[in-house]
Amino acid sequence: MATGYILLIVLGLAVLGFFLGRSRALSMARESGRRLHSLPNYYGQAVALFTAVPALFLLAAWLFLQPLLIENRVSEMIPDRVIPDGGARSLVMADVRRIAGGLDALMAAGQMTEADLANMRADFTNVRNRLANVGVALGSNVEPAVLEAAKEYRKAQNSGRLWMTVAVLGLALGLGVWSWTRINPDQRARNASETFVLALLIGASLVAILTTLGIIASLLMETINFFRMYPAKDFFFSTVWNPQFRGGSDLGFLPLLWGTMYVSIVALVVAVPIGLMIAIYLAEYASKPLRAFAKPAIEVLAGIPTIVYGLFALITVGPFLRDFIAQPLGLGNSSSSVMTAGLVMGIMLIPFVSSLSDDIINAVPQAMRDGAYGLGATPSETIRQVILPAALPGVVGAILLAASRAIGETMIVVMGAGAAAKLGLNPFEAMTTITVKIVSQLTGDTEFASPETLVAFALGLTLFVFTLGLNVLALYIVRKYREQYE
Amino acid sequence: MTDLTTAGTVPAAAPRKGSLLEQDERTRRRNGAEARFRALGLIAVTIGVLALVGLLTSILMNGVSSFRQTFIEVEVFLDPAKLDKSGNRDVEEISKVTTFGYAPLIDAAMAKLLEEHASSLEGLTTKQVGDLISKEAPAKLRRYVLANPDKIGETVPFRLLANGRIDGFFKGRVTMESAELDRNVSPEQLRLAQKLRDAGVLTVAFNWEFFTAPDASDTRPEAAGLGVAIIGSAYMMQIVLVLSLPIGVAASIYLEEFAPQNRLTDLIEVNISNLAAVPSIVFGILGLAIFINFAGLPQSAPIVGGLVLTLMTLPTIIIATRAALKSVPPSIRDAALGVGASKMQTVFHHVLPLAMPGILTGTIIGLAQALGETAPLLLIGMVAFVREFPAGPPEGFFDPASALPVQVYNWTQRGDPAFVERASGAIIVLLVFLVMMNIVAIVLRRRFERRW
Amino acid sequence: MYDAPNIAESTVSNNQIKIAARKVQVFYGDTHAIKDVDVDILDRTVTAFIGPSGCGKSTFLRCINRMNDTIESCRVEGDILLDGEDIYDRKVDPVQLRAKVGMVFQKPNPFPKSIYDNVAYGPRIHGLARSKAELDEIVEKSLRRAALWDEAKDRLSQPGTGLSGGQQQRLCIARAVATAPEVLLMDEPASALDPIATAQVEELIDELRQDYSVVIVTHSMQQAARVSQKTAFFHLGNLVEYGDTGQIFTNPKDPRTESYITGRIG
Repeated sequence: MATGYILLIVLGLAVLGFFLGRSRALSMARESGRRLHSLPNYYGQAVALFTAVPALFLLAAWLFLQPLLIENRVSEMIPDRVIPDGGARSLVMADVRRIAGGLDALMAAGQMTEADLANMRADFTNVRNRLANVGVALGSNVEPAVLEAAKEYRKAQNSGRLWMTVAVLGLALGLGVWSWTRINPDQRARNASETFVLALLIGASLVAILTTLGIIASLLMETINFFRMYPAKDFFFSTVWNPQFRGGSDLGFLPLLWGTMYVSIVALVVAVPIGLMIAIYLAEYASKPLRAFAKPAIEVLAGIPTIVYGLFALITVGPFLRDFIAQPLGLGNSSSSVMTAGLVMGIMLIPFVSSLSDDIINAVPQAMRDGAYGLGATPSETIRQVILPAALPGVVGAILLAASRAIGETMIVVMGAGAAAKLGLNPFEAMTTITVKIVSQLTGDTEFASPETLVAFALGLTLFVFTLGLNVLALYIVRKYREQYE
Repeated sequence: MTDLTTAGTVPAAAPRKGSLLEQDERTRRRNGAEARFRALGLIAVTIGVLALVGLLTSILMNGVSSFRQTFIEVEVFLDPAKLDKSGNRDVEEISKVTTFGYAPLIDAAMAKLLEEHASSLEGLTTKQVGDLISKEAPAKLRRYVLANPDKIGETVPFRLLANGRIDGFFKGRVTMESAELDRNVSPEQLRLAQKLRDAGVLTVAFNWEFFTAPDASDTRPEAAGLGVAIIGSAYMMQIVLVLSLPIGVAASIYLEEFAPQNRLTDLIEVNISNLAAVPSIVFGILGLAIFINFAGLPQSAPIVGGLVLTLMTLPTIIIATRAALKSVPPSIRDAALGVGASKMQTVFHHVLPLAMPGILTGTIIGLAQALGETAPLLLIGMVAFVREFPAGPPEGFFDPASALPVQVYNWTQRGDPAFVERASGAIIVLLVFLVMMNIVAIVLRRRFERRW
Repeated sequence: MYDAPNIAESTVSNNQIKIAARKVQVFYGDTHAIKDVDVDILDRTVTAFIGPSGCGKSTFLRCINRMNDTIESCRVEGDILLDGEDIYDRKVDPVQLRAKVGMVFQKPNPFPKSIYDNVAYGPRIHGLARSKAELDEIVEKSLRRAALWDEAKDRLSQPGTGLSGGQQQRLCIARAVATAPEVLLMDEPASALDPIATAQVEELIDELRQDYSVVIVTHSMQQAARVSQKTAFFHLGNLVEYGDTGQIFTNPKDPRTESYITGRIG
């Protein structure tokens, strides 16, 4: 039975349970003449929750685990000799899945029966042609062992689905009936259903932890796989990045790190002074109408998706820098360059720096300003000599947060910085960054289990550790700074 | 009444330092520094505002033209000899004629059109004249014939898209000089197009298909549209809304109202603030590793995109929801608890409804962020070339689709500069959606904002 | 009846007028905070402003060195003359004015810098010292005047925020004294301090009288009686009565002053 229908049936049972539970509580109270402990709706709610929630969790878990179990069992059936040289088991497994899907399609089209399938043997039937008829194209002829695996896969999947239907609906019904029979006027239905709801609330807040675990697990596992194929020393300390389709790649991380740093530094050099001065001007000098106009205008910059900045870099800033600066000065002919990406990323970071600095400047107590003004300091002296030094830790925190943004930014560098991994100093040359290479290694056509693809996970892990470190440091500094004035 | 002091002139003490009315040298210098600092601030603000203006005008200038497209009105004779040899108008049989079979009809129609308006072929072959029309046109003709087989044998007027280069000529992207070097278009063709335009057969008009048509291949930028991308984005937004709102609100309620002060709570809080700062591309890697490779969900599908974006949006929603819950004054909670409501009833009956406007505003802003997010979608395969519309939800969630920002990226990677125009046009569409969402958020906030 | 406190020795008569206010009005937006205040503040004298909360005494004090300029909605009318020069004249630079009219605030507000840098800040921005040695001398002199030298001389490079509340306030006084002002405004300088620190600060104020015209806003009538020679009583934005401290406390002319002093309003 399709998952959608199971879902609908479970929800239907829950609604039914709600009304049955409610009416049972009411009628029992009428018969026995006792008062209900809770409002009648809570009796219904308890039944509905017991019916739906455990069953839905079971359904989710089953959907998640079943493919894993089946995959493990079936992949054992594939002998090593059918795995092509240089290929991976996972590729054969992909074939198995497609054949199984094709067999289903054949059945659905009425071109085959279960009995036919049982007799079908790859040695005699041209499976590839038959599957092509129902729109499943295969790269090569089907090995007998692979066909057997596919049959097994299909069978396991179908029986798994049957069992899932039985188990989920059984659980829903069982718990529903059980909670329904437990209803009596003295039952503390409200407390029961509230405990249930609280459990759900806790579950929802655990999603954050699960996400972090998921990120770490997915990055770590593939990174370990990568370092099994490619020495860690070469990754971290080599200055050459030169991936090849046929293996033997140089996957040195340093040129990417350099590109990332270079672009980020250019971006921060643009964003920090401008953002800081904007925050200062709007907080200390600007007239009301100017502030009412400029503050939201600059905040709009923060709401614009990075793809827009990327396009801006690609079609406007890049060609402009090339035609008016780089070429006349003989610095390069590339429209994508460190400068292009850095400038545009700088613009993107301006509102980020300015709004954080604004918070921080405003957190400096008014007494500090009064003290300086009272001594006859001018506003700019007050800002530069009293407010900024007092706000320095906070501003440093804000800059670190901006730096972590810059390092993790993807679309602007993908569209503005270029793809050439280089260790150079000329900012008008194209260079590349960690994020650009994650995108290009994972969207290419290389096979998944090769070092050329897996390196993206190692890059991702490095990026994650970097940005996480910067964020933790920045938040720590900012928090320390806040405490100073509380 | 208050005039209690000595009346008349004021005997003043002599100033010990210089007069206040004259600025001394040092004060003048300091005021100069003050003025310079102020000017720097004003320059910074100007740069910020100009950056915004520059960004938006650049996108608008490049993109607005994509909403208009060059069309050629031509009467095509649906030749039965080519389309339906047997003559029994059987759709099965007609569908055996591929789009290649329709191309000659267009060439013939164009030749006829030329006879009427331009008198000569201007040294062009029939094929070259036919190339004024988009390569997408035969497919359109074929769809029309399959839908109306009884029209075969008649001459039917069509408004067909002109080739991208011809379109570019009228938008200033293609010039006579560039056409000299271009093997896809010749100056003669452009001259002919100009003649047709003067004759009124060739028009530049609003192009609805930009919003409804699916993507098109590299050689036919004029036919590329946002249909699949808009649907893909809409599907993902549905998934994000349905998942992140309840989960986010539930998590916020727990953390804000119920969570005890312990290690687990701290851990969750730290996690949420860190997730908000994790680069979006890392979420893409998560999606690829967990949802596609591990859980076996299909590539390029809105369901995977929706799940990834949900995880990215959750911290935003949780932070906004907690702020909204926090702004409900404790007196409301005390009042409800005071009349004997349970904690859960207090939260769900009183606190949550009062916090709802803030929660919805935060959710919309989170959705707007998710709508513009590109990088993680690249990694889960949404950058693929998808021409088929996904099925209706929920099955469609598992079909391949594109998304608005990814479509923009996809188009910028194509060779033909006509795609850059379309990418900018797509950005405008994306920005219009974002502006609408933000306006809704602002209206919600204005309308329901409460100050306690 | 209220016990007449010990009144500081009155040497008022032969001093000249340092600050003269005529028909001063202050508005905060639409609120009329100060109404028609006329007052003459004498040189080398401690003048106390007393009155119930919100009577406008602090507002008026902040007018004297134009600290109210930093509040956008605030508008001042009338004349305030310092040594016969209108401080609200368009030619007057508030920065120069504030170098002449120093201010000490209610809550000690040392900058997050070292003790030395706190005191040296004013001399530095106004260019009062030509050399390091000269600056050192100003710092030492100011700290001595503020009776903080002995406690602070060994920790000049430590942050000013590390001092105790009373020490911080004396540091702020030293900081204000270091710019060599002619008038010192003090806005409830002892309200955040314990009694011992308060006594030290009061002693200091009496010292300062030798060189400066000191204006102090205070909530405590005993304090006004202890430190001041002249007292002005404010009520609802009006200057109700102004005169010798002894006379105000023993023989008030206005019934409102009497009510306040005897504790009926406040």
